[in-house]
Amino acid sequence: MLKHKVVEKNSILMLVLVLIVVSIGGLIEIAPLFYLESTIEKVKGMRPYSPLELAGRDIYIREGCYNCHSQMVRPLRDESERYGHYSLAAESMYDHPFQWGSKRTGPDLARVGGRYSDEWHVTHMNNPRDVVPESVMPGYPFLAKTQLEISNITGNLETNSLVGVPYTEDMIANAELDLRIQVDPEADEIDAFMERYPKAQVRDFDGNPAMLSELDALIAYLQMMGTLVDFTSYDVDANKR
Amino acid sequence: MNLLWLAFTIVGVLTGVLLSAKAVDPNMMLHGMMFTLASILSAFALIARHYRNASAPSLASENGSVNYNTEILKAGVIASAFWGIAGFAVGLVIALQLAFPALNFDLPWTNFGRLRPLHTSAVIFAFGGNILIMTSFHVVQRTCRARLAGDIAPWFVFWGYQLFIVLAATGYLLGVTQSKEYAEPEWYVDIWLTLVWVVYLLVFLATLWRRQEKHIYVANWFYLAFIVTIAMLHVVNNLSVPVSFAGVKSYSLFAGVQSALTQWWYGHNAVGFFLTAGFLGIMYYYIPKRVNRPVYSYRLSIIHFWSLIFLYIWAGPHHLHYTALPDWAQTLGMTFSVMLWMPSWGGMINGLMTLSGAWDKLRTDPVVRFLVTSVAFYGMSTFEGPLMSIKAVNALSHYTDWTIGHVHSGALGWVAYISFGALYFMVPVLWKRKSLYSDALVNLHFWISTVGILLYITAMWVSGILQGLMWRAYDAFGFLEYSFSETVEAMHPFYVIRALGGLLFLIGALIMIYNLWRTARGDVREKEAGKLVPNLEYAGAR
Repeated sequence: MLKHKVVEKNSILMLVLVLIVVSIGGLIEIAPLFYLESTIEKVKGMRPYSPLELAGRDIYIREGCYNCHSQMVRPLRDESERYGHYSLAAESMYDHPFQWGSKRTGPDLARVGGRYSDEWHVTHMNNPRDVVPESVMPGYPFLAKTQLEISNITGNLETNSLVGVPYTEDMIANAELDLRIQVDPEADEIDAFMERYPKAQVRDFDGNPAMLSELDALIAYLQMMGTLVDFTSYDVDANKR
Repeated sequence: MNLLWLAFTIVGVLTGVLLSAKAVDPNMMLHGMMFTLASILSAFALIARHYRNASAPSLASENGSVNYNTEILKAGVIASAFWGIAGFAVGLVIALQLAFPALNFDLPWTNFGRLRPLHTSAVIFAFGGNILIMTSFHVVQRTCRARLAGDIAPWFVFWGYQLFIVLAATGYLLGVTQSKEYAEPEWYVDIWLTLVWVVYLLVFLATLWRRQEKHIYVANWFYLAFIVTIAMLHVVNNLSVPVSFAGVKSYSLFAGVQSALTQWWYGHNAVGFFLTAGFLGIMYYYIPKRVNRPVYSYRLSIIHFWSLIFLYIWAGPHHLHYTALPDWAQTLGMTFSVMLWMPSWGGMINGLMTLSGAWDKLRTDPVVRFLVTSVAFYGMSTFEGPLMSIKAVNALSHYTDWTIGHVHSGALGWVAYISFGALYFMVPVLWKRKSLYSDALVNLHFWISTVGILLYITAMWVSGILQGLMWRAYDAFGFLEYSFSETVEAMHPFYVIRALGGLLFLIGALIMIYNLWRTARGDVREKEAGKLVPNLEYAGAR
């Protein structure tokens, strides 16, 4: 304080001091998350999104679903009873960026996969109040009518790979094919697809086999959410942080 | 110098044409065309300017006083008023959508998910940002007794910022988003904002270097910290890799837990530095000016400044309590959030006590009422914030409307009220009028919007706490008592009340626009002639 007059007479000195002062907190809190090995739990079952799931996730982002839905079950009794096992950091380690959300105008979706039938989702997306009369969610009837158009799904996988998602060369090379066949259980290449993306669900999701729609992609994403990690082999004590 | 700017516009045209011609998606094509158009318009404006006044404006007027750049401030006032109304109106629309979902119209461009970022960005960045740029350009000129640095650079900042807003807003409607709250614009819009922001910093610094005062006034410390820190947060949080340089889509560099904490480090400090430090700069200039008293304590200003900017940065993890963020980071975030209460209230005390010896103005000057009430709301929400950052409280409040209520007591009560006070102060000064058109209308604005804010935040307190309690309620048999949809149904009356509060707030702002417009025209409301609070800066003005 004695010498504060020096700082307030020199704009560059003040600028540098401000930068130092505002950098400290972030450095101490964020930087360790990148190198502390305990940050992300050791789990079995996590894999990158299949091309169709990734496309669905991009639609989820485009429509701003994160504004009303969280994907983060907290370790509180009522939440694990309502939604299932609390979320692990490992479950979103391939999410660029995270979709944890900040508001539950609608319910948490971290474990929505397998909870409802595809038909329920189709009806719900068309008009949510047909299945949940109290709902205030907008309807998304246009998703079922819009063909899934992705200019460059291979590029999407490559970019994810560039930022650290472990897509293999095989996955990237087959991205175009995998995007189309996940809705076709009869396709010849399904076995190879299932090897690339274990636990992936293969079927026509939107009930309209004639078209690969945006709704197919979105439901494929919703139906796999929270289903990958094998909790029977999860060691809680080894992952205490 | 003009030639250099002209060269920039040509680069702009080429970039825009290239982006739209090579575009891999229709959204990039549209944004490329908009960028081209903006560059062409700028080029024409530069050429017209060249032929209109060839020489740069002089630094001093003929009578030896400083020739302040007021044109840029007038443009800032108009832009702030425009975006304010737009942002409040979209807020009202989405509030009504939550009460009456039919208003989503089930179209892509009108659904809540796309309109909500439009609202938050319009009020924070379009309204708040224009207020900050405009007031900082005013304050830095006056407290340095120097004309704003640069001839075209300030206009580049102004128009470049408006272009950023338009690109971001149209992007949201078309579904172009990174899905990071308050940082939704995609990579190319982020790069553009970075460019504008660097020029903003340079204009601000260069004006400081021209100062005729030895000391840099305290309001400028806050503005400087705001500009520098926002640059840091913006760049780090938006690090991402575009899929194609001719497409809108990108994937962020960080994933999962790291991306979550980086985002909330950014998100909380958008509050801390955009909506707090910047607006504290407004407090430190406009309150002493309007009540004609010095700042209460110089020493407290120094403590306030350094402790506030140091502590704020740590508070981000309180947005991630009980999530998969490691516990040590959550605890650290909570601890610093509670500590943050102290500098916040220190600043509040410094602002309020500036009225020492002039408390009567709270009765006689409705503009002072706006300024003082804003500081009171600041005190309230900076008490509520630390409270909500305590993990046990957060377990209840998180994911509920309590958070929304908290944000709005800060955004409406603090940010908007101090902005309204600054606008009411500036319009008579800039348009050289003896007083406002009407003080009674200021008073009316004050009471209508205060009732609006109170309806808003009380409705959100009740709905938030109610829903939080319903989620965790158990019946006598040990089962969860309510389904999620029952808790949604219970929110309806509060959503209606909230929308009503928002409507009142919007009406109040429209009254302000009318009052400011009549003031700029030089009108005085007949009934109040002779009784209006005078504009001290232009006693000789008509």
